[in-house]
Amino acid sequence: MTTSEKYVTAAYLVLLGTLLVYLLIIALKVGRLEQELADLTRIAREKQGG
Amino acid sequence: MGGIALAFYWAPEDADQGFSQKIFYIHVPIALTAYACFGVGAWKALRLLWTRERRYDLESYTAIHIGVIFGLLTLVTGSIWAKVSWGHWWTWGERQLVLFLILFLFYSSYFMLRYSTDPGPRRERNSAVYALFGVVLIPVSFLAVRIAGTILHPTIFTHEGANLPGQMLVAFIVCLAGILALAATLYRVELAGKRIDASLRELRELLA
Repeated sequence: MTTSEKYVTAAYLVLLGTLLVYLLIIALKVGRLEQELADLTRIAREKQGG
Repeated sequence: MGGIALAFYWAPEDADQGFSQKIFYIHVPIALTAYACFGVGAWKALRLLWTRERRYDLESYTAIHIGVIFGLLTLVTGSIWAKVSWGHWWTWGERQLVLFLILFLFYSSYFMLRYSTDPGPRRERNSAVYALFGVVLIPVSFLAVRIAGTILHPTIFTHEGANLPGQMLVAFIVCLAGILALAATLYRVELAGKRIDASLRELRELLA
């Protein structure tokens, strides 16, 4: 692999890596929102029942 | 992905820079996308100040958030390209680089301003005014190299048109469309997440 090829690969990997990190953050956020929604649904059901 | 495939397998290798010029196909579209995101953020800020509709605050904030991510990517990919082409990661002598850095730091500071005040109309107004001030830097940054002349940073798009062979231009346009679509998707996802977050917070307060 030439020096140019290494740098070009690095630049494209930076883009790919950033996208993967962003996807991971979004996945964690969706998981947290899902949990929060489940908690609120449970609270609403308890209020309705009680 | 189509744009990257075109850039590597279809577009010819640059006679001057050789293989390292392939960074152009992501670096320039990412930079233009960052400008577009900051522009959208400022436009939404203007809409907020004009109409007082609170939804524009979240939209402006989200656009600037995405713009800062693309701005950081511009600086990183640009530094890699600079290292392979010019032999160093950064040069303070290039006005376009310094102005882009100022633009990036200006919008990075937006978050500090935003979170230094309590949520409410005052914070929304202050954030919107700040976002609008920054928009002045976009044309200055974009046109800097054309106005002042350049030593190292290449100028591809001039008044006479694109300074590129047809195949390179097609690959570039496909890459630009792909990166813009990616930014638009990230914007939609991020905005939806923030809206759901705000709705859940409101629901929690109602149920408390």
